Amino acid sequence: MEPKEISRRNFIRVSGLASAALCLGVYFPASAKEEVIVSKAAADARGIEMNAWLQIDTDGKVTITDHRAEMGQGSFQSVPQIVAEELEVDLKDVNVIFAQGNPKKYGSQITGGSSTIRGSYKQLLHLSATARTVLIMAAANKWAVPVSECYAESGNVIHKPSGKKFHYGELVVDASKLEAPKEIQLKKISEYKLIRKPLNRRDTPIKTNGEAIFGLDKRLPGMLYAVVERNPRMRGTLKSFDSTAALKVPGVKKVFKVQMKVYDTTRDGVVIVATSTWAAMQGRKALHVVWDDSGFEHVNTIDIVKRQEELLKTSEGISFKTQGDPDGVLKQSSNTIDVIYQTPYQAHSAMEPLNCIAHYQPDKIEVWGPIQAPDWIQGNLSDEFKIPKENVVVNMTFLGGGFGRKAFLDYPYEATLISKEIGAPVQVVWSREDDTTQGPFRPGIAYRCQGAIANGEISAIKFRVAGQNLDHWQGGKRDKPNSSTDEGFVKPYFNSIKNISFSDINFELPIPPMWWRSVYASTHGFGYESFMNEMAALAGKDQLDFRREYLKDERCQKLIDRMEEVSGWKSRKKNEGYGVAITECFNTTVGQIVKVSRHTDGKVKIDQVWAVMDCGWYVNPDIIRAQVEGSVLMALGAATIHEITFKDGLPEQRNFYNYLMPRMSDMPPVEVHIMENTADAGGVGEPGLPPFSPALTDAIYDLTGNRIRKLPFDMNKV
Amino acid sequence: MISLNVNGKQHQIDADPNMPLLWAIRDILGLTGTKYGCGAAQCGACTVHMNGEAVRSCVTKLNRAAGQQIVTIEGLSANNNHPLQLAWNELNVPQCGYCQSGQLMSAAVLLRENLNPTDQDIDDAMSGNICRCGTYQRIRAAIHKAAHIQQEAAKI
Ligand code: FES
Ligand code: FES
Repeated sequence: MEPKEISRRNFIRVSGLASAALCLGVYFPASAKEEVIVSKAAADARGIEMNAWLQIDTDGKVTITDHRAEMGQGSFQSVPQIVAEELEVDLKDVNVIFAQGNPKKYGSQITGGSSTIRGSYKQLLHLSATARTVLIMAAANKWAVPVSECYAESGNVIHKPSGKKFHYGELVVDASKLEAPKEIQLKKISEYKLIRKPLNRRDTPIKTNGEAIFGLDKRLPGMLYAVVERNPRMRGTLKSFDSTAALKVPGVKKVFKVQMKVYDTTRDGVVIVATSTWAAMQGRKALHVVWDDSGFEHVNTIDIVKRQEELLKTSEGISFKTQGDPDGVLKQSSNTIDVIYQTPYQAHSAMEPLNCIAHYQPDKIEVWGPIQAPDWIQGNLSDEFKIPKENVVVNMTFLGGGFGRKAFLDYPYEATLISKEIGAPVQVVWSREDDTTQGPFRPGIAYRCQGAIANGEISAIKFRVAGQNLDHWQGGKRDKPNSSTDEGFVKPYFNSIKNISFSDINFELPIPPMWWRSVYASTHGFGYESFMNEMAALAGKDQLDFRREYLKDERCQKLIDRMEEVSGWKSRKKNEGYGVAITECFNTTVGQIVKVSRHTDGKVKIDQVWAVMDCGWYVNPDIIRAQVEGSVLMALGAATIHEITFKDGLPEQRNFYNYLMPRMSDMPPVEVHIMENTADAGGVGEPGLPPFSPALTDAIYDLTGNRIRKLPFDMNKV
Repeated sequence: MISLNVNGKQHQIDADPNMPLLWAIRDILGLTGTKYGCGAAQCGACTVHMNGEAVRSCVTKLNRAAGQQIVTIEGLSANNNHPLQLAWNELNVPQCGYCQSGQLMSAAVLLRENLNPTDQDIDDAMSGNICRCGTYQRIRAAIHKAAHIQQEAAKI
């Protein structure tokens, strides 16, 4: 039973705290659906655990705890921007600290699914407005004037008629004794001074002078460094190793076997612990390891692709969704297409390779690192090492990119094992080669797309998907279709396409797969939206008008109008190829138009990308623009520059010399537009990625008549 | 003992002369602004200046760096106020930020030698620096802006 009196309208109690006079947070009751805003004092009195999202000291200092990771997506700026708005404080007076992992305190903290803002902005707005309200009440009481005569501004409460003011620090003690009113008035969007403004990011200065501390930069007293030689085929076992030469390398302290868990598989490795990163790397070079790689398939990319093609021809798969009777209609139609789309495996390749510091003590574990999933890691380490959760402390540093790879358990687990064995804090460093070759990878997926057009309209669509299913690696049942089979597909299509089906064909490999920026939308978007462009061509219609016909809801109509307007779609010239795609993921819809032309050197170049994002309520338009610019570049790399291929069970790419990355000269100009509306906030960090590759290949088709159905392709050869 | 001059400060360090400068700077001197990205001269995250030239510290051995003037991101300016740093801040260039020390160090050499670089000059000078977050468009704009800031400052 939760104590009755702790509720939204009765959230605050006498504060006996010396340091933090007003400390508000949200408490996630195990039994209730809705979380509750609560003061620190009330929480302590009840013995419940709350987060300390917002704290105002007697000197007026405001501290916000950022419960999500900062990996470039801007939580370090956008979370305070929300709080400062409703609290009425100056942004520069707000301190931000990173939370430690604790789902009991913060709910989900996984920085994935583009959830940083959409997952918590309502709570943050409400919390901050609540604090402002009680501060105003406290001032009104002190002056013995009506609350309606007072307002808050820049960390002060001001009495309008007399001009008297108190700064928040002077009010926090009184405020913490008050009960907040039942209804808290939130600002209207038109009243926002900070939200929706392109304010500069507060983490920029420390990211231009070397001060920002990423995982690899963290140092602890007495810390040792380690590198691990892991099985290159990801599945084999360690037969034997000879550490004699490695141990002779100056600085090398210890060499031993370590087994990292990756889902329910084990990755065998030999770890070299040394006094510096370099010494550990030298030790690794001198190490001799023999692997036993029997008992599992050594895959080849050629076979993966062949097998997927075969399955798409012979298997119906497991139905994910069927509307109407696409099979029946297809059988009776004469105007049909039946094509296969293919996408490759990808590594995440964040600029900061994986790394983690762990300090294991008999009754306590503490880890530091570039971590996207602190709460999940806390739970895992607690289970694995049999240490109560409250003694497992997970600290997030800045992340040098994540893209999903750092929302995983394997690297902190391995680091903790190593620390336990050596009895000292240790930083485990993955080389670029480790980071590129060890996976888990974004799976390459193939699509069979069938469609029929009658009288210029879509009469049926049938999609079949063959690719590794992440669900299966997380305990999902084999007889269920992939839960993300239609990810990326814009929902309103379902209202206007009467006969449509999606099915998922089981496709198993020994390679561990993983989410990668925008997850399945990153590949599905290419298959599904490219196919929509083929259907438009079959119907003899303009691709954008075709979308307009089938995406009838108001938000989509407005998005399409905007796309047309900003790109000059209607006035495009001969010798210019224009392509389009619209995808949806994480409650955000993004449309992109790509323009290409053949330059004097004979090569096709991307002249311009226009992206229009409808993410509903949003915080910082400049951060959104940056995220979309980056998403386009990442999509460009995956569509035209790199892929992970396997030969005899080994990934063939190792470092940036054969896993090439787009460079400065590859960056196309990207113009980003944001739709203005008051719908619930959607994601921002990922949804800009999926529409790019189908829009690009559509533009190439428009220019050359050549339809590209397999990624990656070479821009120099189109 | 190897003597290293980093950001104008003299250090005597006891290390393998074959150790790349990158690891000496990071693990021994504790200057962690210079990043490890690939260890193979492919990404530019480890870029520092040696006698004013941009070098990849991950492949520059200590014995080559000994006695030379090394400048790292921590020494690029006194107060985060190099024209490039000002422009980077104004245009919100960094996302994750991991590549940015290297980007700035490469751009600083370009801007010193070329007061008004063209897009082509920028493509050429910056081609060795990868940004996985895709900040290239802003880096380009910020270099142009920094060139402008530098020219304005020269007029005064
Ligand atoms: S770390 Fe030196 S170039 Fe990549
Ligand atoms: S800002 Fe993240 S790699 Fe460049």
